[in-house]
Amino acid sequence: MTDLTRLSASELSEKLQSREISSVEVTRAHLDRIAAVDGDIHAFLHISKDAIDTAEGIDVLRRIGEDLGPLAGVPIAIKDVLCTLDMPSTAGSKILQGWIPPYDATVVRKLREANLVPLGKTNMDEFAMGSSTEHSAYGPTHNPWDLDRIPGGSGGGSAAAVAAFEAPLALGSDTGGSIRQPAAVTGSVGVKPTYGGVSRYGAIALASSLDQVGPVTRTVLDAALLHDVIGGHDPRDSTSLRDEWPSFADAARAGARGRSLEGVRVGVVKELDAPGFQAGVSQRFHETLELLAANGAEIVEVSAPNFEYAVAAYYLILPAEASSNLAKFDSVRFGLRVNPVGGGTVEDVMAATREAGFGPEVKRRIILGTYALSAGYYDAYYGSAQKVRTLIQRDFASAFDKADVLVSPAAPTTAFKLGEKLEDPLAMYLNDVTTIPANLAGIPGMGLPMGLAPEDGLPTGLQIMAPARQDVRLYSVGAAIEALLEDKWGRTLISQVPELVTR
Amino acid sequence: MITNDVVAHLANLSRIALTPEEIEKLTGELGVILDAINKVQEVATADVPATSHPIPLVNVFRPDVIGDTLSAEEALSGAPEHDGSRFKVSAILGEEQ
Repeated sequence: MTDLTRLSASELSEKLQSREISSVEVTRAHLDRIAAVDGDIHAFLHISKDAIDTAEGIDVLRRIGEDLGPLAGVPIAIKDVLCTLDMPSTAGSKILQGWIPPYDATVVRKLREANLVPLGKTNMDEFAMGSSTEHSAYGPTHNPWDLDRIPGGSGGGSAAAVAAFEAPLALGSDTGGSIRQPAAVTGSVGVKPTYGGVSRYGAIALASSLDQVGPVTRTVLDAALLHDVIGGHDPRDSTSLRDEWPSFADAARAGARGRSLEGVRVGVVKELDAPGFQAGVSQRFHETLELLAANGAEIVEVSAPNFEYAVAAYYLILPAEASSNLAKFDSVRFGLRVNPVGGGTVEDVMAATREAGFGPEVKRRIILGTYALSAGYYDAYYGSAQKVRTLIQRDFASAFDKADVLVSPAAPTTAFKLGEKLEDPLAMYLNDVTTIPANLAGIPGMGLPMGLAPEDGLPTGLQIMAPARQDVRLYSVGAAIEALLEDKWGRTLISQVPELVTR
Repeated sequence: MITNDVVAHLANLSRIALTPEEIEKLTGELGVILDAINKVQEVATADVPATSHPIPLVNVFRPDVIGDTLSAEEALSGAPEHDGSRFKVSAILGEEQ
């Protein structure tokens, strides 16, 4: 019998709809896989106790002829930054250990309404601050390609879960690359939608002007199918866009059909094709460009001179917004409370709680953000960073005058070793150089595999970016590139991931 | 200039009871980080407007009617301490106040 965990969500969807398999069978296969490999991967912080019951309910609906959506009965993992009524939601922090929210995030509600099966909550850097998942208060996640290496971050748990076949689908959140960079280093697919395209209600906020929830999968079509479920206007998120979105799944299917790249102008951002990038990453990137050109795409070089300032601006804006968002962890309404020895005022309790409940990276960014916002420094730091944001938007606008989509490597290197950058915060921050500009401008971006680096045999990722509200281009172009690469390789990239020891 | 005193002051403003060791370590780290991100000032000239929101929306209103809200029980469900209808905290004012 086919190993159900190896199938994509769209393949599972077909078999579920034809009743060749049941949701209970699919769900059980993934729970068994989690039990067998997650001791080594540590992608999950919590496994749902209700998954089989939920799957049974969906099988009943199908049996009685209910009209079900395409992903009904397909299991999904949920990043722990998203509030779930039936599972703890910790955002990877000790301060929220065991907290069960009194409401579902809108995206989680939409998953339930579309009859997907939540499998559990995935590991992440504490409050999504990090690029390696090493800042989780519950220990790091390991990359399925090499257990000694990072799975990316902050959404390393979601990316590792799909790459290790523990789930066909996952949800992530991307503030500066937390969906796209983990996709790159685990050989999976991840999409950061246009800012406002997917509701942030119930996503524990890191930096509200940058955060965006999106799909984490193994194929472009699966990402499109999931985006179709979670996208759209939400009155509970006042930054939510009212746009009518086209079917991203239709766009992905059309893109994969061939000849869809003819005449598409693909812009290569000069500043994101840098000599400092790992040789194998640059090599695979240039090979991918040649493949696109050979299939009718028009490759144009574009320049974005202000991208040089993007990381600096980001590490002012993010800490500033985070220091404000994280003020809610005050030991009063939810989460941890630590009483100082000998008692104290509510402020003493607050300070003792936050000292005990926050990890080092969270403290670092709160202090940095508080500094950037303090009187006398506000204009020089936060104000300047907001101006850089305007300059980066202008760079994108002129680039998109010349190109329909922009491309770059999704990460400058393959997965680095666990521990390698943990004691050097600045080196960790510079990891996000390729992904941060899209968040600052609010535009959509996708990370997808573009081959294994010859020097270390690890996955490299391509990033595709489109103008704001043109997420559909990511899916048509992404599906076309995925099809061409898989045609060239004769297999999928993820099929080459080493077998894990099952226990 | 980031000094131990500055970090201790910021920690107080942030309500985090950092240890002296943490203050020492953060002082060094923040100095390095600030040196690197200082460069935003090179291009942030007076003629460039600030962007606070990537895709600005204005006048986001909803009808002024009662929607789905949390019950008191739900709102208190995650509180470290409550009395059934209110959050419980320790003294607001210290002895010297």
